[in-house]
Amino acid sequence: MLKMNEIQGQGGSEEKMIRVVNVFKSFGQNHVLRGLNLEVRSGESMVVIGGSGTGKSVLIKCIIGLLRHDRGEIYVKDREISHLKEEEWNELRKKFGMLFQRDALFDSLSVWENVGFALRRHTKFSDEEIRDRSVEKLKLVGLQNVEALMPAELSGGMRKRVSLARAIAMEPAILLYDEPTTGLDPIMANVINELIVEMREKLKVTSIAITHDMVSAYHIADRIAMLYKGEIIEVGTPDAIKASSNEIVQQFIRGEVEGPITRGADFGRQLFQPFRR
Amino acid sequence: MTKLFDIVGLWLLRVLEESGRIAILFFKTLTWTFRPPFEFRNLLKQIEEVGVNSIPVVLITGAFTGMVLALQSYTGFKRFNAEAFVGTVVALSMTRELGPVLSGLMVSGRVGSAMAAELGTMQVTEQIDALYTLATNPIKYLIVPRFLASLIIMPILTGFADVVGILGGYLVSVKLLGSNPTIYIRRTYDYLDLEDVYIGLFKACIFGMIIATIGCYQGFNTQGGAEGVGKATTRAVVMSSLLILMANYLITALFF
Repeated sequence: MLKMNEIQGQGGSEEKMIRVVNVFKSFGQNHVLRGLNLEVRSGESMVVIGGSGTGKSVLIKCIIGLLRHDRGEIYVKDREISHLKEEEWNELRKKFGMLFQRDALFDSLSVWENVGFALRRHTKFSDEEIRDRSVEKLKLVGLQNVEALMPAELSGGMRKRVSLARAIAMEPAILLYDEPTTGLDPIMANVINELIVEMREKLKVTSIAITHDMVSAYHIADRIAMLYKGEIIEVGTPDAIKASSNEIVQQFIRGEVEGPITRGADFGRQLFQPFRR
Repeated sequence: MTKLFDIVGLWLLRVLEESGRIAILFFKTLTWTFRPPFEFRNLLKQIEEVGVNSIPVVLITGAFTGMVLALQSYTGFKRFNAEAFVGTVVALSMTRELGPVLSGLMVSGRVGSAMAAELGTMQVTEQIDALYTLATNPIKYLIVPRFLASLIIMPILTGFADVVGILGGYLVSVKLLGSNPTIYIRRTYDYLDLEDVYIGLFKACIFGMIIATIGCYQGFNTQGGAEGVGKATTRAVVMSSLLILMANYLITALFF
């Protein structure tokens, strides 16, 4: 049921940075990914949208190896990753940066120790140099004079930005964003959106963001892919998605309560018949 | 009837599965311990957490245990005129049994629960996942320092407990019960073999490994937010305490 709009996105060359081919992933009886196909071009900003619990996080975690998919192949720069060993994953992960939904900052370390974490472990720089580089990355995300603070002392927006600074510290080629604007106020969400766009421009990274915030999606995406029932049902530029003739896509992006996604679901019935005994 | 078999069977399978996972974590920890680079900073921090902060607890435990041992054995031995051997009993009991076991239980409650809580919180806030994405193995970064710290610290703490216990026994015997101090001290080291002390310290090392492995295992396998962390902490303490008592018998039997 794959319908790919082969419309050229604004960003990215033809080189395929990441290819997900026919991937399946289940948790017991819960079949989350069912033959998912997706291609992300080098340098492009891909946003995967879909309802809560539809497997967006699972997809990202499979790409970076936090979860192992059951069937199918995933290629990162033409390298198949299904059977990598621990050491190989460690090497590969240095090319990735990931922003977690709840920041996942290390509570017991200060801001600069968080940002410079990967540098400390994988490079031979001194603590001072690492601190300087951390401050530099923090400046890139619009934060100043916070490096000595502890994560608990920061606001939500600041934590997100520190998290982003940590993800880019090793200057990765690929950035993964897990719901980057969820839980932020509209202004802070926009700040993050702008930062994500800036990252792509300044650092020339390939990025995959998963979100159900459509405003954010339109802002940051070169192409948008919709995940529904374990498959990608449509891919296209933001304009193409807005104009999509697919009912399911339209219901989602417009946020309509009634439609093919919720039709036939118990959720629909309960909602419209609240006094049913 | 078959329902009973179901329940027992499932329980047994769960126990076996969990034992297997704990064993796997234990061996992975051992492997990572010997792989460079070696993290001294983390290790020192853990030694402070596990050791320095446990000293008051262990000293108090040791002291009162030695004191009550002296009191109880005096009462018993007086019945057949063997009061002079209270010193021996206190020394042997502390070094062979009560020093390591009671220190182990106290440290398990203090340190084991802290490890489970800390790692459990990290797990539910995706910090462990974050470590993987930063190309860092969480076992090496988090568990190995805690494991080594426990292994190093437990025998030292046990040694303190032993000393303080014997001192406590001395105080009770001599000051409270009026025994002859010279006889007490003579009896203490006449019948105390170095072997008794070594066995106690060996037990302490094993207990240290148990505390760290179980605490970290429960932390890593936490699921479900704050409630999950609470459960993991409780399980860590209960499980490591039980394993300490079981291992204690096995080791004692081995050296019998």
